[in-house]
Amino acid sequence: MSQATLGIRRISGHAGPAPGEDVERAEQVCKLIDTTTCIGCKACEVACLEWNGYTFTDTVFDNSYQTMPETAWNYWNLIKFNEHEREDGSITLLMRKDQCMHCADPGCLAACPADGAIVQYTNGIVDFQQANCIGCGYCVTGCPFDIPKFNPATKKMFKCTLCVDRVSEGLEPACIKSCPTGCLHFGSKDDMKGLAETRATQLRENFGFAKAGVYDPAGVGGTGVIYVLHDVTNPEAYGGLPKDPRIPLLVRLWKGPVKWLGGWSMFFGVLGVAIHYLRYGPKIPQDGHDNRDDSAPGHRDEGVKP
Amino acid sequence: MTTQALYVKESSDDQLERYSFAERIWHWLGGLSYTYCMLSGLALFTPYLYWLAAVLGGGPTARFWHPWVSLVFLATVLWMYAKWLADLRITDIDHRWVEHINDYVTNRDESLPPQGRFNAGQKVFYWVMFWAVLVLLVSGIVMWFPEWFRPNFHFILPIAVIFHEAAALISIGAIIIHIYMGVFMEPKSLRAMIHGRVSRAWARAYHRLWYERVTEGTSTEK
Repeated sequence: MSQATLGIRRISGHAGPAPGEDVERAEQVCKLIDTTTCIGCKACEVACLEWNGYTFTDTVFDNSYQTMPETAWNYWNLIKFNEHEREDGSITLLMRKDQCMHCADPGCLAACPADGAIVQYTNGIVDFQQANCIGCGYCVTGCPFDIPKFNPATKKMFKCTLCVDRVSEGLEPACIKSCPTGCLHFGSKDDMKGLAETRATQLRENFGFAKAGVYDPAGVGGTGVIYVLHDVTNPEAYGGLPKDPRIPLLVRLWKGPVKWLGGWSMFFGVLGVAIHYLRYGPKIPQDGHDNRDDSAPGHRDEGVKP
Repeated sequence: MTTQALYVKESSDDQLERYSFAERIWHWLGGLSYTYCMLSGLALFTPYLYWLAAVLGGGPTARFWHPWVSLVFLATVLWMYAKWLADLRITDIDHRWVEHINDYVTNRDESLPPQGRFNAGQKVFYWVMFWAVLVLLVSGIVMWFPEWFRPNFHFILPIAVIFHEAAALISIGAIIIHIYMGVFMEPKSLRAMIHGRVSRAWARAYHRLWYERVTEGTSTEK
């Protein structure tokens, strides 16, 4: 953020080097969620509500520990619980904190038609600007994680901000701060990637999770939220995490060739009729006489062929 | 002493009613609602036309009214269907007209076959708008309430958008020609849609079959 540009590089009359003059700040921020140490306590859900000023709303019980079926416009952080049957027939409870993934190549932003309603900061956070949002819901179409939600009262879209208001002040997001097991981490993308790979290696080598790995899908250019999964080959088991999320091809088509082709077609359509008018002009009845009602612009004398 | 008449009343013998009051009301209601939907839709179509949303009261306002106004347009298209269907059916005459479309485009209308109330071009325009509005309706409902179709039918959303845009662009192509024909190529048809009347000579020249039908049994032909 802007404060980052105010780091000290040189100091006059200073004994020795300026403190932090060699420090390079990695701009890309990242949240790491280690699903293997999540206990499903939902402290992050509460912290998210508290920090963002929402109150708990009515929900439904569907025979699960899960708070509600899916995230809502005023509930951005939801742990998804899934009873998963292992290959040996035993049952395990998979828990995954679901929220906006802050894609490097965000589908919501690609689909959005409103100037400035969705921005991506240099630190990678994708943020909705409700003041510019027109409530069209195109972001829903573009998002491969099905995250943006509509507030029917204000007709604006909402989602996790990665606590951009905290991060810009040097704080970690509220969910990270609340996590009691340390399964949530926050830092630079490089650091989090390294930490995640270390943990995945540990899981593979010491804990018998041969398929353990890091979920940082390349289809959307990598994400600002990455997971460590016990089985990275089956992310769908974690409450429907898509295996290869991408911006839908039709959204690319819509925002690329169709827009280009449509714009030029309309332009040449108008140009075409204008040229036709110059070449052929208005129609004049060829038979019979006309009456005095014929003083319209473009009228010519009877019987004169254009 | 004679006084100058304030205006010379047009001889009603010279004029035929082409569009009734109700027909004109519905036509212009359609024109108005289509224009609103086109402008608000174009605002969301490309960032270079997003300023149109500001003209229409701002992005949220345009987004809110676009689907509601589209229902007005749908109603006008359906009203025209009920009212004009007999005149809009494609016939053999239309096929022959289409074979001579070059004569129409280059203003050699005398070599075209006689036409009914609407010529083949007008009929094709109506049916393009009719099918476009149905596609726009179905895809538009999906885009109006995208949250209804997720999470399980999320894949429908971009498909609906593509169909909506294709149908809208085709209808815009049709409306460009429609407005050009009505306002520039044939200014009398614009006045017919405003005042409701055309001259007999005009009717005879461009819609001879219709002219013969409406003047049948009258002896006013000159």
